[in-house]
Amino acid sequence: MTYETIMAGFGGQGLLFSGKVLAHAALIENKELSWLPSYGPEMRGGTCNCSVIVSDDPVGSPIIAHPNVLMVMNEPSLDKFEDTVAPGGTIFVDSSLIERKVRRTDVTVVYIPATQMAKDMEAVSLANMIILGAIVQKLGCVKPETLTAAIKETISARKAALLDLNLKAVALGENFIAG
Amino acid sequence: MSEKVLMKGNEAIAEAAIRCGCRHYFGYPITPQTEIAAYMSKRMPKIDGTFLQAESEIAAINMVYGCAATGRRAMTSSSSPGISLKAEGMSYLAGADLPALIVNVQRGGPGLGGIQPSQSDYFFMTRGPGHGDFHIIVLAPATVQEMADMTRLAFELGEKYRMPAMLLADGTMGQMMEPVVLPEDTVDPATIPATKPWATTGTEMKRAHNIVNSLYLKPDELEKTNYERFARYAKLEAEECRWEEYLMDDAEVCVVSVGITARVAKNAIVAARKEGIKVGMIRPITLFPFPKAALAKAAAKVKGFLTVELNMGQMNEDVKLAINCAKPVNMCNRVGGMIPSADEVLAAIRKEAK
Repeated sequence: MTYETIMAGFGGQGLLFSGKVLAHAALIENKELSWLPSYGPEMRGGTCNCSVIVSDDPVGSPIIAHPNVLMVMNEPSLDKFEDTVAPGGTIFVDSSLIERKVRRTDVTVVYIPATQMAKDMEAVSLANMIILGAIVQKLGCVKPETLTAAIKETISARKAALLDLNLKAVALGENFIAG
Repeated sequence: MSEKVLMKGNEAIAEAAIRCGCRHYFGYPITPQTEIAAYMSKRMPKIDGTFLQAESEIAAINMVYGCAATGRRAMTSSSSPGISLKAEGMSYLAGADLPALIVNVQRGGPGLGGIQPSQSDYFFMTRGPGHGDFHIIVLAPATVQEMADMTRLAFELGEKYRMPAMLLADGTMGQMMEPVVLPEDTVDPATIPATKPWATTGTEMKRAHNIVNSLYLKPDELEKTNYERFARYAKLEAEECRWEEYLMDDAEVCVVSVGITARVAKNAIVAARKEGIKVGMIRPITLFPFPKAALAKAAAKVKGFLTVELNMGQMNEDVKLAINCAKPVNMCNRVGGMIPSADEVLAAIRKEAK
């Protein structure tokens, strides 16, 4: 199985970071992977995205034309990427930030009020991790325990205080799906 | 085997260089390669190395010249506009027969251009990036693993043939992360200068002076250095051409591509094969020397070639030259920082197969 994931939103929402955590988890599971950021002026407050491929087979191009997983944290990103999603793919929408519904009928859509959930736990910047938890729980692209290990490896010593909050955010996302 | 780590292509180059005994980095920041300088600025002070952010790209390449003359492994890195500034220095390095590593993580041009990936410095790098008759070794990595492996190769080939060597990557290769196994840290930097009898290591009053220079005022002497240099290039071409062949055994269409476009093309080739199209790829790994023989051999079997590149057809010309225009050589390209999608390449392959 190959998971071609695009995570997109505004700069500052931690999209490159959540992509990095997913990539690290894939590395721990000894899967094939690539991580490609958008880079350039769009990162300064504009739209920002990263492409993460996790696969059992060697990765060809790291550029994703038709993602089968899309995580969107602002409406411009949904507008930009909705039509590119492969039929049968899954779109994760931060429904606290995006009012409109997904128009496609040939994809699975998960609406998750991640930013509101993050505000409720007084860590608004962790909405990305809530959605990441939901992705992993819903699709099983990596194991939840690997995701935990990846977070522990990825969070720099300087931000160690945020470790527990990150783990809590991921658990919130997982429980949102698991119910 | 050492363990796989996750790194950006730029970081993999920097760490690999350190593990190959490079302790001297001179650079000037420019997107999309600044992670190399950033990485060096963190690591070099801890291992008794030199990280120096020069006042300009020109200063940085001349610092590399001075350092390389002492026999040490020295490097600089930049992106397209910065590489233009280094042209004079690269010519001097070549004229003085000095090995050194220059990394070019290409972005769109000409001029200041943009910051998105490009392969439009192909001519500039492969024809001899500067004034005078010369070449540098040009290597084209297509994975983060190759970014690390070719860093070592560039130092080794450069020293073997006494030439500057370049890693010619593109913005995507520099920015993307992939698992990479880094080279073992087995090179003792202190032992490297002694392997270079020409280096200015100090005579200790025991030998004649070594002189590193590119100035020859007597034309007959200068002519001699040019012939001698090109004899080395001929040996390099005979012995060091590298390329990868992918599904070429029964191929009727041969894609030729390097770096990020070779990876996009691979996806397109997989899709085309599912449609029954007999297509393969030759991916040049050395751009100078260009693997002409491999292409000429393929020309005897295939119906035609398709270059996939991020420029207006620069490598396309080299393919035509390599096969002496024996078969059609068409092109699928995007420029200015755009990258063709696998669908675009697939459409071009279908057209080629008709």
